[in-house]
Formats: sequence, structure tokens, C-alpha cells
Amino acid sequence: MNFDLTEEQKIIRNTVRDFAEKEIRPIAADLDQKEEFSYEIVGKMADLGIMGMPVPEKYGGGGTDYLSYIIAVEELARVDASSAITMCAHISLGTMPIYYYGTEEQKRKWLPKLTSGQMLASFGLTEPDAGSDAGATKTKAILKNDMWVINGSKCFITNAGTKISGLITITAITGKRKDNRNEIGCILLPNETEGYNIGSSYNKMGWHWSDTRGLSFVDCCVPKENLLGEKGHGFRQMLEILDGGRLSVGAMGLGGAQGAYEMALKYAKERFQFGKPLISFQINAFKLSDMLTEIEMARLLLYKAAWLKDNNRPFIREAAMAKLVCSETMGRVVNQALQLHGGYGFMKEYPVERFYRDQKVLDIAEGTSEIQRIVISRTIGC
Amino acid sequence: MNSVVCVKQVPDTESVIKIKPDGSGIITDDLKFVMNPYDEYGVEEALKLKEKFGGSATILCMGPSRVVETIRTGLAMGVDKAVQLDDPAFEGGDAFATAKALAEALKGLEYDVIFCGKQAVDDDLSQVGQILAELLGLPHVSLIQKLQVADDKKSAVVDRQVEGGIEVLKVLLPAVLTTQKGLNEPRYASLPGIMKAKKKPLDVKDLAALGLNADSVGCNGSKTMITKYTAPPERAAGKIIEGEGPQETAPKLVQLLREEAKVI
Repeated sequence: MNFDLTEEQKIIRNTVRDFAEKEIRPIAADLDQKEEFSYEIVGKMADLGIMGMPVPEKYGGGGTDYLSYIIAVEELARVDASSAITMCAHISLGTMPIYYYGTEEQKRKWLPKLTSGQMLASFGLTEPDAGSDAGATKTKAILKNDMWVINGSKCFITNAGTKISGLITITAITGKRKDNRNEIGCILLPNETEGYNIGSSYNKMGWHWSDTRGLSFVDCCVPKENLLGEKGHGFRQMLEILDGGRLSVGAMGLGGAQGAYEMALKYAKERFQFGKPLISFQINAFKLSDMLTEIEMARLLLYKAAWLKDNNRPFIREAAMAKLVCSETMGRVVNQALQLHGGYGFMKEYPVERFYRDQKVLDIAEGTSEIQRIVISRTIGC
Repeated sequence: MNSVVCVKQVPDTESVIKIKPDGSGIITDDLKFVMNPYDEYGVEEALKLKEKFGGSATILCMGPSRVVETIRTGLAMGVDKAVQLDDPAFEGGDAFATAKALAEALKGLEYDVIFCGKQAVDDDLSQVGQILAELLGLPHVSLIQKLQVADDKKSAVVDRQVEGGIEVLKVLLPAVLTTQKGLNEPRYASLPGIMKAKKKPLDVKDLAALGLNADSVGCNGSKTMITKYTAPPERAAGKIIEGEGPQETAPKLVQLLREEAKVI
């Protein structure tokens, strides 16, 4: 066994941490208040070259392993969840479907723009009546004269409505399977497609400056080739995309927990009550010890899951475990971190308040904690 | 235009430094190491010169295998190649012994400018650059904040920070320049840069490769010796002067300032 990160992974961590501290931390609270998408941060992340990390260099990507990408997401989330989700939704959900299932032509057409960060991509799966039950999608694609005609709607879609959003991969019913159940397909839909309507931004509890939209499709026509991969493979593709995405959402929980813990430790050393710093009270010292221990457990599980993926081993169960553990760890850590801040933690002046709001969605997005438990339970014959 | 940047790996400035129980040094096991921040300005300036005039940028770094990460960080920023001086004999050297080894390594490198950070943030000696210039018989300017190399690359005009102002000097090249905050804004290593860094040449040289003997470098070649490290004394707790209102407390304060603190 070897727990050492590679030289590249260490330099990536240091570089992204340095970048997040200097370029993002000073403006994170302000962006959270304004709730406006930050083209400035996205532009800077693009300059750093991290918007296509795990995609091979021949498509303009960084050519890193998945763990390096996970570490970068972790470091962004340690400072600002909106930056992290914008980057990881773009890569895991927006870009990877094209890289995994696209034709060479589709890859050459889209990937260089996406990996360079000039253009953002998104993934449209969730619908008003198809959340955890993702197969219950109602959006329909019907093949007419070699064109898919798409009708339906999607909700809670990250990165769909920015000025640089260029395309979305959506799931839609493409026909009936032999067992009479719906056949799902993943279809590429460029933003300029007629009939593609992008709703206004949601008013969210957290992830304030990330772009989240509801979408509708009215007789949207795209060429037959825009169906990714083979017909009938869409449901499996979707599950595979989510497996990879879970690791990145896990990294958001891990990074957020780390950030909240560091705030708590710093505050508990500085804040005096009863004539002593908060850390000198054993109850607080133990809280901080528990936080650090849980974070280390979460990190080991997440890195192992990423390692399995990098080594082409099965990682579905570990991805679900890691996403579940990282999200819920951050929930407990940020709750105690805010508690340690007392009344000040409830004030927006202290960033722990933002971290507290940004955590909740981690128990929900990319498969709820309940769905992760279903995924795990199915691997043990339940 | 070829530049060599002398780089030192130092503990991260946010690290908590602990001294070994016998006072012989600091405990390095748990420390995070980074490139000396003042050396980053040298790396950035070397890259700017390369972009403007062509040529190459080289990192010269002394230290054990852990310094490779710092060297690769510089390569990831855009430096072309590096030389690492790694030999147990180099350990424990003072500024003179360190400069001696660096000077020997520089004899095998091509340079028009040698950059050193104005000081390393660990031992704060601020001497290596100047001693290096002396050993190589080169002019040097310390604490530079601006560098303009002449088109013929034979001289440069530099701004140097002095008390209360800026001194502008012309210096013939090659020269040793020590870099100060304000010179530039060091770039981040880009992801493509990080991926390429591993393929860039890193030449590791030991004592024999430099043709020096063990008495002239490291601990043995040093002019000064660190005899002991001690932690700064812990700050005593403050004193709260009790009493009803300033009329009662102010005289007590004055008395304490005069008799105990002896500042008035």
C-alpha cells in the first residue's frame, strides 16, 4: 500500500489551494450575497487550466488522473462551494458524457471548447416528477426524418443558463424496450437549438453564485447523431456518469468539511470565554478532534474510490459510500463548527454561515443520501 | 538571455515551528515545505526575461529529495530545466558554504543573470546572493523591485529599495540580483505546466560531480555555526488594573509604567 500522493498530485493541491486562497477567498462572501454568476472566477479557473482536468491532452484537457481532479475540487470547496460546483458540474456532468460516449467527430467539435473553459456544458437529468426515480423521465425524443424531436422539461440544472453555456446532454425517452419499459437515451442539445427555453435562475439556499435553471423543450430538433453512443444505452450511460459525478460531489463535502474545521479551530483558539480560549475546554477540544478524525476517514474512502476508478476497477459501491460519507461528514462538521462560533456563527460576517447553507444540498444532489444507501444495499444482495 | 534562479525550499510560513528537545535544530517531520516566497519573484522575472528575449530559465536548488517537489513547482511555472545539489556533505552549511557549492554548480551553467531571493524566510540570513556574487567575481544588486535589461543584453537598469525611496542603478551583466516583493506578481503553475514538469530535465549533482571536497561545503565548510535553537519566551499574561473609573486607575497605570515597565 502507498498513501503518498504523486508529485503532480501534490503540486496540483498546492497550486489550487494557493489559487483559491488568493483569487476566490477575498470575494467569496460578496459573490454569495450578490448571487450573480462569476465569469471572473470561471475565467481564472480556465486560465489555470483546470476546466478539463481528467480529459486527455489531445482534446485540450489536462490529462490528469481522476484523483488529481478530485483533489482540485476538494481544494476549491475548502474555500467556496459555488466555485467547486461550477467546475465539477462542468467536468463530471457536462464534459465527461461527450468524452465517454461521443463519436470522434463530436469529441473534436466540443471537447476543446469545454476543456479550455471557453464554454460550459451541463447535464439535464432531473425533472419535476423524476428526481430520485430518474428513470421516470417524461421528456420524449421522437425520431422524424433523421432528426430527434424533443419535448419536455428539466429542473435544477447547473451551468445551463450562463452566457458561456454552449450545450447540454439531456436524458429522454427514445422508445420502448422489449420488456415494454421506456428506453432512455442521452442526447446532445446545443444551446442555440430552436425551442430550447432556459428559465430564470432559482433562488437557492446555498451555492449562491452557481447557475441553476429550469429548462423546457418545445419541438427541439437535433440530428440523429446527437444521440450519444448506441441506442438503448442511455440509462446505463446516465448511471455511469453519476458514479463519476458522485466522487466530485464527495470531494465538495470533504473540502467543505476541511474548510469549516479550519475555521472552527482558528476561532476556538482566538475566542476567550471564562478567561480561557475555547479550545482549553475539553468539550470543544473533543469536538475538534472528532471533526478531524471524521474528515480523515472521509478522505481515505473518497481517495480509495477515486483510486479504484483510476485503476479501472469496479467503484460503484465505493463511489456511493464516499459520496454519502463525505456529504454527511460535512453536515456534522459544519454544524459543530458553527456551534463553536456561537452567536457570531449565525452572522453572515463569518464564512461558516455560508458553509452551513452550502452543505445541505450535498445530501441531495447527485443522488440523495437515501439513494446512495440503495446503491450500496444492491451490491450486497438487498 | 539565460537566467539561473537559486531556489531554497523552506517551511511554509503558516507552519508551527517546533524545536528539537536538544536544541540542535527544528523538527521537520510534520512540516509542509514550499518555495521560498522571495525566490518566486526570481522565477517569475526569469520567465519574463525568457518571454521577452528568448533563451532559457534554470533553477538551481540545494537539498535532499524532498526539494524535488519545489523544483517541479518552478518547472511547472515554466522554467526549462533544473539542477539539484544533493549530497549529505552539503547539509548544515551556512550562507558561505551554501554559496560556495552554488558557485561551483554555476560554473557549469550558462547565465546572463542570476536571481536569488533577497532572503530565505526560514533562517533570514540575506547573505547567499551577495557571497555568491563575490565568489563568482560578478557585480550584484540586492533588493531589486524593477528590472529593465538593455536591448543588447549587456547591462540592466534596476530599481532598488532603500530607506524612504528608490535607488536606480545601472549594472553590467552578468550579475547577481536579489529579488524583493514588488518586483512582479508570480504566476500560478498552470495545469498543463504541472503535467509537463515531470518531463523537463532535472540534473542531480553530488559533491563529486561538483569537484569539491567535503571540507569546503556543508557544516565543515561553514564560517559560522549554529550552537543552539531556543524558542522565544512565552508572553506573560497582561495585567488588568482594577478600580473605580479613570481617576482611580490612571495613577495606578502611571505608577506601573514608571516602576515596573520602566518606560516613563
